[in-house]
Amino acid sequence: MTTPAGATPAPNGSMPTYLGMPSFPSAARTAVADSQLRRNLTHATTAIRAKRANVVRELDDWEELRQAGKAIKEHTLANLDTYLLRLEESVTSAGGHVHWARDAAEANAIAIDLIKRKNADKAVKSKSMTTQEAGLNEALAQNGIQAIETDLAELIVQLGDDLPSHILVPAIHKNRAEIGDLFRRTISEAPGDLADDPPSLTATARAHLRGEFLDAKVGISGANFAVADTGSLVVVESEGNGRMCLTLPDTLISFVGIEKIIPSWRDLEVFLALLPRSSTAERMNPYTTIWSGVANADGPREFHLILLDNGRTATLADETGRQALRCIRCSACLNVCPVYERAGGHAYGSPYPGPIGAILSPQLRGMTSPADASLPFASSLCGACYEVCPVAINIPEALVHLRARAVQSQPHYPERIFFSLAASILSSPGRMAFAQRLGSLAGSAVARRKGRIRRLPPPLSAWTDTRDAPAPPPESFRAWWSRTRGGAR
Amino acid sequence: MADRGQDTRFPGMFPSGNVRSMRIGLFVTCLTDTLYPETGKAVVTLLERLGHRVDFPAGQACCGQMHFNTGYRREAARMARGLAAAFRGHEAVVTPSASCAAMIREYYPALAGETGDAGFARDVAELAPRVHDLATFLTDVIGVTDVGAYFPHKVTYHPTCHSLRMMRVGDAPYRLLKAVRGLDLVDLPDATTCCGFGGTFSLKNPDISAAMCADKVAAIRQSRAEVVTAGDNSCLMHIGGALSRLRAGVRAMHLAEILASTGDAGAATGGTP
Repeated sequence: MTTPAGATPAPNGSMPTYLGMPSFPSAARTAVADSQLRRNLTHATTAIRAKRANVVRELDDWEELRQAGKAIKEHTLANLDTYLLRLEESVTSAGGHVHWARDAAEANAIAIDLIKRKNADKAVKSKSMTTQEAGLNEALAQNGIQAIETDLAELIVQLGDDLPSHILVPAIHKNRAEIGDLFRRTISEAPGDLADDPPSLTATARAHLRGEFLDAKVGISGANFAVADTGSLVVVESEGNGRMCLTLPDTLISFVGIEKIIPSWRDLEVFLALLPRSSTAERMNPYTTIWSGVANADGPREFHLILLDNGRTATLADETGRQALRCIRCSACLNVCPVYERAGGHAYGSPYPGPIGAILSPQLRGMTSPADASLPFASSLCGACYEVCPVAINIPEALVHLRARAVQSQPHYPERIFFSLAASILSSPGRMAFAQRLGSLAGSAVARRKGRIRRLPPPLSAWTDTRDAPAPPPESFRAWWSRTRGGAR
Repeated sequence: MADRGQDTRFPGMFPSGNVRSMRIGLFVTCLTDTLYPETGKAVVTLLERLGHRVDFPAGQACCGQMHFNTGYRREAARMARGLAAAFRGHEAVVTPSASCAAMIREYYPALAGETGDAGFARDVAELAPRVHDLATFLTDVIGVTDVGAYFPHKVTYHPTCHSLRMMRVGDAPYRLLKAVRGLDLVDLPDATTCCGFGGTFSLKNPDISAAMCADKVAAIRQSRAEVVTAGDNSCLMHIGGALSRLRAGVRAMHLAEILASTGDAGAATGGTP
């Protein structure tokens, strides 16, 4: 089994960081220079953006649905203690087993133990962000257990020894030609003359996976929703591979973050309307699999639910930051984000990229590393993400809030000196006027060269590397007003 | 300054009935004050031409948005307190920056709450609902779309993110521009995509910022406009800085300066970045 080159299981049991992960600005610098990546991302995000907008526009009550989704999640998070115990009770009485995991290491250890008890050395997986977050595949590999990704895009990532770069489309950074090359190299079932059209690529993956499904003793999944009242887990997917993982193996292990809970079946209706339109731009989801515990002679004989905290209760304690836990992993915010479109998912150094990743990863992992502390700044605060979020997460508000936490967590930030100085000037009309007069004097020297500044010293060179800066005018507005209208108030 | 009432030079251009003359506080913003004074002068010209009195409270400085958005909330609160105090007693406050207006409306209440300063909170409660972005102040508060401007140029409009998504100015700027005599308004492809400025984002993530700006500039060139306008000098400084670096032959100009123009002479001297 291959282990993604850059990933390592978290030493302290939290979300894995990608080895040698640079902070966002330097990772993004490399990404913007990759013309193939830029083209692939622009092509994919532009297409899905337009499709989503069309199917959302069809619904007159979209805003009401969105507010309902937000309200249900807010209510559940505020009463999480009650609903989690209710879920445990209903899953157990339906014949399932519930395990509680404080962090990724605990969750992975539970899964490894269960798989070893089944004498299995491999497991088929349906697409799961929570297992990505936990670094499960790497932990299994260290214990001699092969994880087989069966979602097409996850398979592409796994075969390429790569990392996922999108929540919904983990291989969004690859185009068809690149995938064709990869399949010809890595899949023995691939015909020598494999074409790179989607049907041929899919047929190859299908031939490769079919035997694995029929052989597998253990299936591993996540869940999109967990219904507390009935103990039902819900997986929504587009390929049907998930349904096979969920129904064919004798043992099913599901990794579920504690925020995935919803109180009742009634609530599910809202999310089954919000999620497909927001994620794949479909009116209805192609495969929706729902199971409650185990049933005689149908589906898995043994069902284990691993409920994962991994930083979620800490996130819940932050009044502004906690809204990130409403996320239903639709990835609409990634698809509309101009920063994501240009930086790509890997630059975020986390299984959760894009705007939601920029507020989720630093909260789940904490902001102790420079890479995590850089994530809340990876946004121009344009607000396109908030506009499309199906559960109305105010991502710009959370970003700004986390920026304040990032600044506080680094008390000796050299930047502080600049911002203190700027604050003392910008908070005082008198000091501002004085600074403006100095600027005008300096500007008059530059003005002879057409009022444009072409080069400034660092850190302002970051501006003038690609943009001209305006030279200060001979007279500020304030000075003009006082000269021409002074005393006229 | 004396109340001039309705300007008689533009008969029929203003809504029928009485337009009550308002005493408007101009919040010019630190950026426009320091680097783009022509925009501030244009707002004064425009509002006075429409028959209103404009005040420039000298106690105003910066709204604190840069500090707030970069994580320096305490410093931002200090600035916000000063700004809110400077505008006490104005029935309307108008600013040529939707972004700074949004800062006051959306974030000042929380910021005041954090300080626990009751006087500050009172000032904010009074100020926040009375702060208007110039475009919507004209269309929604005064109720005018034809401001009597003349600007014979091909213009495209960039809807800045905060005007679009926080102040929700909608089509107000387009209606104002369409009513300008001589102005040829052309569509901007992918208009609602951010230009990549984002305040300190432009310095902290300069590569992504520049990549976003490159696409915005390409869209502007595609529109074949000679002037790109917007309701915010910060975004225009960014777009205009890139246009100038590329010698693109397109100038960036604040909406207020177009709306204040009444003749070719005025148009020729206008032009921010």
